[in-house]
Amino acid sequence: MPDSMLLLLLVALPFIGSAIAGMMPVNARNPEAWLAGGLTLTGLLVTFFLYTTVGAGDVLRYEAAWLPAYGVNFVLRMDGLSWLFTVLILGIGFLVVLYARYYMSAADPAPRFFSFLLAFMGSMLGIVLSGNLIQLVVFWELTSLTSFLLIGYWQHRIDARRGARMAFIITASGGLCLLAGILLLGHITASYDLDVVLAQGDVIRNHPWYFPTLLLIALGALTKSAQFPFHFWLPHAMAAPTPVSAYLHSATMVKAGIFLLMRLWPVLSGTSEWMWLIGGAGICTLLVGAFAAIFQHDLKGLLAYSTISHLGLITVLLGIGTPLGIVAAIFHTLNHAIFKASLFMAAGIVDHETGTRDMRLLRGLSRALPVTGSLAVIATASMAGVPLLNGFLSKEMFFAETALIGGEENWWMSIAAVTAGMFSVTYSLRFISVFFGKLPAGLPNEPHEPPHWMRFPIEFLVLLCLIVGIAPAQSVAPLLHDAVFAVLGEQTPLYSLAIWHGFNLPLLLSTLALAGGIALFVFLRRTYGAAGCERAPLLHRLNGAQIFESSLLSLTQAASRLLRAIGTQRLQTQLLWLMLALIGAPLFVAGSLPLPAWPSFSGASPVDPLFALMWLIGCACAIAAAWQAKYHRLAALIFVGGTGLVTSLTFLWLSAPDLALTQLMVETVTTILLLLGLRWLPPRIVPLELSLTVPRRAWIRRYRDLLIAAAGGISMAALSYAALVLPAPPSLGDFFLVRALPEGGGSNVVNVLLVDFRGFDTLGEITVLAIVALTVYALLRRFRPAPESIAIPVQQTSDVDPAVRQTPNEQAERGHLTIPVIYLRLLLPFMGIMAAYFFLRGHNLPGGGFVAALIFCVAIICQYMLAGTVWIESHLRMRPHRWLSYGLLIACGTGLGAWSFGYPFLTSHTLHLSLPLLGEIHVPSALGFDIGVFAVVVGTTMLILMSLAHQSIRSHRVPTKSSPNPSHMPTREIV
Amino acid sequence: MEMVIALAIGVLFGSGIWLILRPRTFQVIMGIMLMSYAVNLFIFIMGRLWINRPPLTLGPGAPDPAAFADPLPQALVLTAIVIGFATTALYLVLMIGARGITGTDHVDGEEPEQ
Repeated sequence: MPDSMLLLLLVALPFIGSAIAGMMPVNARNPEAWLAGGLTLTGLLVTFFLYTTVGAGDVLRYEAAWLPAYGVNFVLRMDGLSWLFTVLILGIGFLVVLYARYYMSAADPAPRFFSFLLAFMGSMLGIVLSGNLIQLVVFWELTSLTSFLLIGYWQHRIDARRGARMAFIITASGGLCLLAGILLLGHITASYDLDVVLAQGDVIRNHPWYFPTLLLIALGALTKSAQFPFHFWLPHAMAAPTPVSAYLHSATMVKAGIFLLMRLWPVLSGTSEWMWLIGGAGICTLLVGAFAAIFQHDLKGLLAYSTISHLGLITVLLGIGTPLGIVAAIFHTLNHAIFKASLFMAAGIVDHETGTRDMRLLRGLSRALPVTGSLAVIATASMAGVPLLNGFLSKEMFFAETALIGGEENWWMSIAAVTAGMFSVTYSLRFISVFFGKLPAGLPNEPHEPPHWMRFPIEFLVLLCLIVGIAPAQSVAPLLHDAVFAVLGEQTPLYSLAIWHGFNLPLLLSTLALAGGIALFVFLRRTYGAAGCERAPLLHRLNGAQIFESSLLSLTQAASRLLRAIGTQRLQTQLLWLMLALIGAPLFVAGSLPLPAWPSFSGASPVDPLFALMWLIGCACAIAAAWQAKYHRLAALIFVGGTGLVTSLTFLWLSAPDLALTQLMVETVTTILLLLGLRWLPPRIVPLELSLTVPRRAWIRRYRDLLIAAAGGISMAALSYAALVLPAPPSLGDFFLVRALPEGGGSNVVNVLLVDFRGFDTLGEITVLAIVALTVYALLRRFRPAPESIAIPVQQTSDVDPAVRQTPNEQAERGHLTIPVIYLRLLLPFMGIMAAYFFLRGHNLPGGGFVAALIFCVAIICQYMLAGTVWIESHLRMRPHRWLSYGLLIACGTGLGAWSFGYPFLTSHTLHLSLPLLGEIHVPSALGFDIGVFAVVVGTTMLILMSLAHQSIRSHRVPTKSSPNPSHMPTREIV
Repeated sequence: MEMVIALAIGVLFGSGIWLILRPRTFQVIMGIMLMSYAVNLFIFIMGRLWINRPPLTLGPGAPDPAAFADPLPQALVLTAIVIGFATTALYLVLMIGARGITGTDHVDGEEPEQ
């Protein structure tokens, strides 16, 4: 496998592992740990193998097309810096997996934890290995998302949910800023490829957009790395399980921001803006974090603030902008990851063993946890910068840089550095104070040493602290050199990693910090006692989390106020605005339309008086329906039907026989449908008959609506007329007219269009029909009518018709309806033949699947109407569900059939057969499709009508109160 | 003819708007039906008015497109009519269902304050 493919494997492995881990059983702690550990170890071995290339100063690249149209490729790229970070991510990741195996209790769902952890690891690797900036932002946001899931892992705890939300909002908003900044950067350099961007440092620094670009990218990096003033999310993220904290807040998540600043250091740094922005944020973070850490009572809280402070230290080093600053920054990133991960794990063990992390309760733990205690003390010493440990070396370099940048006369940088160093010694002492003294009695659990493999990660990391601290030149120097060289290239400075540089200024400052820190600790101990101060002096007023939460709250409140002010849940209001927009919106675009001279009858054809009379009736019906729809529903329904008939006749008149047929059939079916529904609506009486007056407000509303309706109607009429008298533009229809017969094999162009040219559209349509039918069926299965509608209507209370003294069933079997029933029953086959006739001729003459299906349905409905639901269903089972499913199957199958001949979906083919008797006939494959359409339409219509009809004969759940008589309706609903 | 059909569309559409703005569900369903007639006719006449020229290319030889009505709006309206039936059915079921659950046939699901 070529090395570049190994890079892809490196990023893909954790994601694959995450998917597998997520599917394992809930209690599979061991398999999960083996999986995650194995994958991480594999990744680590691959990374070590790649050192053969990267260590030689080469850059590994893997490239694949992603969005070639935008010049954005998926690029993975590994140089010395990425290599170092990859080792950190995978190395600490492996130890965390091992630790988590023992830390997580059997009650915690293991798949979720390891799945998220692996996904997070993959995202982090994606960031450090990205060779494309857009891709980097994508992985960046992925880390925000996965860290949100990890921090909120114990989702039953409110602090975990809040902490996760806070971390996510801050880092994801930062990510959006970063995206904007990267887009600007891409605009400046005309490329998102990292290598291209890195080569254009001078172009970027001299561009007028340099400052906004820098600001946006810095916002992304500073929020991610918890820098002042965005640092407050980190302590709240401590609600995560300790392995998560150890991973996210030592080696990975918060280091992503640092990594980005390092990555872009060659092109963005070296200006005063950079120095003030990055350096300033760093100095504030360094001091605020270190000071606040002293006054924490929670072990993890102390570590969180100390992390903030150390991140600040690295940021300052990057902000200084000297090559040696970069060396120190990378070195400290490595050192901090090592000692902080081990400290988090030690804090986790203390918590795990004693049941508390409160430093006011914990004392003398080295008696119960001698090994863990000693390890923690060594790691803490490294954090404080004690000689012979790795923390000392990088802190020494930090002092040297701050002294250098201040020069001979400007000492404030050095003072800040030493103060922060002092604070860090103080909080380190406070941290280890839990191991000394007498073991108190009242701890929640009796502490014991943890299982050996749980402690192993700490032992390993502390060993690293010692190795790096004692023999830096032999252990870490080449790796550091590669990383520095990847950033600085030819500018890489000369430096030496050694414990002893002689008596010089940095050593003096180090000694000062150590001594000052111890003195401060003793002073605070004397002042506040062992319990410590309740809260951080001065700084407690600077509560970022409080500000964040309250601004979030006011934002939510403002949003709901706005929604209340300008939104509505009332349908009438919404429809009113919709109609106003419908009428008003065209006025804004009407100016660009070529309006005909008014009145223009040049293009108009003579009026046929019969046609005019027809529409006189049609319009009268429409207005009458509008007038009667409230109090006389049946009348309104009949009027609407009248308009529908006139519409159907118009289609016939105006050369659209297919439409006329379809409209006629749909009209019939719709009327029956609505008739079935009328039964479930409340009775309503005209207010005059109850001698009630309609309130004035109602009249005003009616006049307003009448005005809107008139305006809408007039504008629609004007628009129609304007369109009609304009000459027709060349239509796509000509194409179909010419090709329907030769290519579609049918002379009815409309039908050929439906089943052939636009067959895919029709397939979509019949699918919609099937879905609607099933929805109606499902809704009616749980139909609960209003209590007063459950009782049998007055008309049906007596089954016996007074005129003939027979029930409907008797009438149909023996009475005066016998002849129509038998007659209609005999007609059924003929109606079926009619449907088949319209179906078969559809390809050449008016007809087709839609029309035939509706005719067939009307035939069945006629049977229902005369013989009654019960009788007909005991003799003829329709099974509409099967019609639906077979219809869809046939339609899709016909379409798929084209594939087997190598044509696209739904390609039609006409088969020419010569049969005896019948002669030569043409069978287009579209006929099969039309059969599918036929079946689906039959199924839809019958399913809807039958499920509605069944509501009248099924028994409804009787309400607890006796149902009121329909004639005594509450009057409130009447008007 | 153009004037008649344009006026007819206007009247149907206006009646539809009026009904759609009414408070009772049944009025709204009637309004939707009237409005869909108007809209179907409107789409249909975009192919202009043709009398005795149905798009059936029955004659021998290559058909002359200028001698037939435009089939495209017809095909569009045909599907619209059938879909219209389905949406009417869905609306009807929602309407009677809402009436059962809320105890009123007001479109807002509750009676307005008098």
